[in-house]
Amino acid sequence: MHPAPSVIIFTALSGLGFGLLTWLGFGFPEVSGATAFAMFFVAFALAAGGLLASTFHLGNPQRALKAFSQWRSSWLSREAVLAVASLGVMGLYAIGLIFLNSTWQLLGGIGGALSITTVFSTSMIYAQMKTVPRWRMPLTPVLFLTYALGGGALLAGQVLTASLLLLALSVLQLISWKLGDRRFAQAGSTIETATGLGFLGRVRLLEKPHSGSNYLMREMVHVVGRKHALKLRGIALLTLGIIPAALLLVLPFNHIIAVAAVASHLLGLFAARWLFFAEAEHVVGLYYDQRRVG
Amino acid sequence: MTTLPQNTGKKLGLVIDLDTCVGCHACVISCKEWNTSNYGAPLSDMDAYGESPEGTFLNRVHTFEAKLADKPAQIVHFPKSCLHCEDAPCVTVCPTGASYKRVEDGIVLVNEDNCIGCGLCAWACPYGAREMDAAAGVMKKCTLCVDRIYNENIPEKDREPACVRSCPAGARHFGDFADPDSNVSLLSAARDGLELMPELGTRPVNRYLPPRLKDDITDSSSIDILAPLLDPMPETASGFLGWLDKALEKF
Repeated sequence: MHPAPSVIIFTALSGLGFGLLTWLGFGFPEVSGATAFAMFFVAFALAAGGLLASTFHLGNPQRALKAFSQWRSSWLSREAVLAVASLGVMGLYAIGLIFLNSTWQLLGGIGGALSITTVFSTSMIYAQMKTVPRWRMPLTPVLFLTYALGGGALLAGQVLTASLLLLALSVLQLISWKLGDRRFAQAGSTIETATGLGFLGRVRLLEKPHSGSNYLMREMVHVVGRKHALKLRGIALLTLGIIPAALLLVLPFNHIIAVAAVASHLLGLFAARWLFFAEAEHVVGLYYDQRRVG
Repeated sequence: MTTLPQNTGKKLGLVIDLDTCVGCHACVISCKEWNTSNYGAPLSDMDAYGESPEGTFLNRVHTFEAKLADKPAQIVHFPKSCLHCEDAPCVTVCPTGASYKRVEDGIVLVNEDNCIGCGLCAWACPYGAREMDAAAGVMKKCTLCVDRIYNENIPEKDREPACVRSCPAGARHFGDFADPDSNVSLLSAARDGLELMPELGTRPVNRYLPPRLKDDITDSSSIDILAPLLDPMPETASGFLGWLDKALEKF
């Protein structure tokens, strides 16, 4: 799949933002006044900024409100509804904490639950795609949720929880790469099933249907070199969990260390999210006889 | 509503005969012509006269080569458009309700006034049947020429999809798969019509008639029909020719 910056930024930042909102909603840490303002400002900037970035890849963003209508069937619509509900509820909860010095715990709990459910519905947009076998596994939502909770805990200053979650995240990420590498073959779609011509022998594309490129090829037939991908996997694995956890657990905690850990996690998050799209193979590539090259 | 209908009255779709298709791309061109000037936003072209022209098409013809070991290769021209799946994944992912499957005839359509151009339906389609128009920012797909097949302002023989109407080889057929006695149902049954990527469970309506196997020229006896008739004449002629031969030899 084409690793579009708008979608990478959207899923990465809004995941972090809703992760932070989840922790804040459940009172980790318990904040009020100016601290609460700072925390909620970061969370809202990430979550809402991510959502805004997602509208940049729309062909007709002026009709975006219509996306709230199909929550009964569409994960994308559910995500939109849940995102707005989370931001609304958490906004009220934040007003209480910041201006009224009162903690409406029930409201916070509801907002926290809505926030993490938003991340779940984001992940299901990808996990539901039968056409992209690498994404279609139960580990995809687990991974997205762990990203959000781990990164959120890091931003919320939950030193021990964040370290443990980020280490768990590194392991989960490694496992999903390994399992993901086999998913396309397991799913069983080949150029022979795509064309139905297997009974005639081995099938190959003799001539493309057009001389130039097209929307499908640009959007869904992204070929990434394996060596390149392996290098990025290494960088992502180190920076998203191992380095932040080492910084937090080994060195004496202060704000500079925290900023370094967050920066490292962000780098890993973006590298891993780029790979999430770039390495994902869509079955339509079979009609163009293009599979990942070594 | 982007939920799929439990049952559609008709199941309109195409049968494409891979044995007959000559790969002329006439269906591609006639599709583009009809659909750029009728239903919905036109099918735009980008850099049409430049170095890398590209555009939106609802129907494209791929050409594949299939080969068994020790057998000659076989070329198959392969037109591909929306298969109007019964379990269409492109419909249920749509966040706005712009994508829908019609209850009355099973045609999968996009209401362009509701389409935000998110592209998720194109991701959900295994067949590459949906293309985002670069100029209009809305998703385009085969409508089965919904504005031709019910159109009482055009002659009755033209009330079929433009691709079917224009195919010079007669490789494309349009009809109702819900009716077991329709032309498409009978053709598909007689020639074991193929379903594309059945493993994905989309239950496509369109069927492809498999190409017949090529004659095998590696075994020469199987194709050499005339050779026995071309055997050399016997050395000794008989009958009138024999008499003539003998008679002439006397001199």
